[in-house]
Amino acid sequence: MNRVVWRRWKSRIMVSLLIASVLVAVAPLILILGTLIIRGAGSINFDFFTRMPAPAGEAGGGVAHAIVGTLLMVGTAGLIGLPLGIGAGVFCSEFPRSKLATTARFVADVMNGTPSIVIGVVAWTLIVARQKHFSGFAGSAALAMIMIPMVLRTTEEMIKLVPHSLREAALALGYPRWRTSLSVMVRTCLPGIVTGSLLAIARVAGETAPLLFTALGSQFMGTNLRQPIAALPLTVFTYATGPYDDWHRIAWATALVLIMVVLCLSLIARLATRQRFHD
Amino acid sequence: MTEASGSGPAIEARGFSFWYGPRQALFGIDLAVARRTVTAIIGPSGCGKSTFLRSINRMNDLVPGARYQGSIGVEGMAALDRGTDMVTLRRRVGMVFQRPNPFPKSIFDNVAYGAKLNALVSKRELPDLVEQCLRQAALWDEVKDRLAQPATGLSGGQQQRLCIARALGNRPDVLLMDEPCSALDPIATQRIEELIFELKRQYTIVIVTHNMQQAARVSDMTAFFEAGRLVEFGVTTQIFTAPKETRTEAYITGRFG
Repeated sequence: MNRVVWRRWKSRIMVSLLIASVLVAVAPLILILGTLIIRGAGSINFDFFTRMPAPAGEAGGGVAHAIVGTLLMVGTAGLIGLPLGIGAGVFCSEFPRSKLATTARFVADVMNGTPSIVIGVVAWTLIVARQKHFSGFAGSAALAMIMIPMVLRTTEEMIKLVPHSLREAALALGYPRWRTSLSVMVRTCLPGIVTGSLLAIARVAGETAPLLFTALGSQFMGTNLRQPIAALPLTVFTYATGPYDDWHRIAWATALVLIMVVLCLSLIARLATRQRFHD
Repeated sequence: MTEASGSGPAIEARGFSFWYGPRQALFGIDLAVARRTVTAIIGPSGCGKSTFLRSINRMNDLVPGARYQGSIGVEGMAALDRGTDMVTLRRRVGMVFQRPNPFPKSIFDNVAYGAKLNALVSKRELPDLVEQCLRQAALWDEVKDRLAQPATGLSGGQQQRLCIARALGNRPDVLLMDEPCSALDPIATQRIEELIFELKRQYTIVIVTHNMQQAARVSDMTAFFEAGRLVEFGVTTQIFTAPKETRTEAYITGRFG
């Protein structure tokens, strides 16, 4: 075999290995989606989104309470977490070498690697144990604690990608620093910050562990964040560990809804980023 | 257009020294730039010519550890005073950078950016101002049909002329140009040079350049910097044909630098 042929074969072998690893990497996602669709899609109908759970043992019913609970809790977490995270991220990119920024960056990195159940325990200690009852608000606080470091880091990284020359251009036109920062730096990478925020929302929408200690879950429709409140991941947990076959079906369907929500947010995030490259 | 009047120089540096942390970059620069002239600053890399230029509108304030002494007067304003209003200073001193840096916005918005900030004209007059600036920057005919399109779609040379138009939008007295052609091809460079020639009728221009032919072509006065010191300053033809200093001669005849 001459050299050129052998080289060609080496190339083919390496490319095949790479393709194989890509397939193995995406296989879990396909398996998860496939299983959820097979087991859960059958139970999804209009009632599933609009009705309350049926009494134990009875067929039918829906998870409207959990959808409302998740929306409320994740929404509140976003209202707390996004402004704080984005604000802190802007600070870290504006004063990158300050002590405060270095500390914040380090803490955020540690927090991003902290298991979410630990965050749940912390929220329990700080809020639930003091108020002596579980609440949706405690759940939101725990989710916000997960969001802040994520959003901080993505915001900072996105702003860092904006060329320094744009900052100079704005300053040279007489823009004060704060306006340069907001109307040039943040404005230019806004799609990236929005993407990061959506991904953070998608991530916390699926969190279960921190909610076990805080929002607790509920079988009733509740819109009061001062009370225990239902959530999609908690519903999956409750129904999946319950004794009835019908509950298991609901658990599969709820899991499917949850993953669809996460997928949709990721897709929107993708589209937002794509827009950016078309500009 | 310019509020400048009187007979004093447009820019006057006195005993200006500059440090980056412990390293001194400029040593007691004394330099006066006359109104409505083009002054070229030449010198080898690292001689401090860009540092000097960027001190005039205080862009160096961004650099950590930067310190300076002495004074720079710009149209009667003490540019370096702590109490100086940076917005006013930078409105009167426009700057064009080495690489074109248009904002990722429309062509129109780029030119209107400074005027909007400083509320120089009403919203109704904005299109007129934009047209006027683009005409002055010799770009109007090329972009008049696509003002709403993103500025990043223009060629490098067009982008640089757009940046000049953007600087003119503030109606400045002085234009600082930091190697404005170093990222451009010869034809785009020629257009910018012709433009500089046009603009000096209304503006005081200071241009830093690595290209000595360019300095000889566009400027009335030339300042030669070396190792942080102003070696020689004089009428361009004199600097290039009969320099007084041997170091200037060595540099312009290509013996070093």
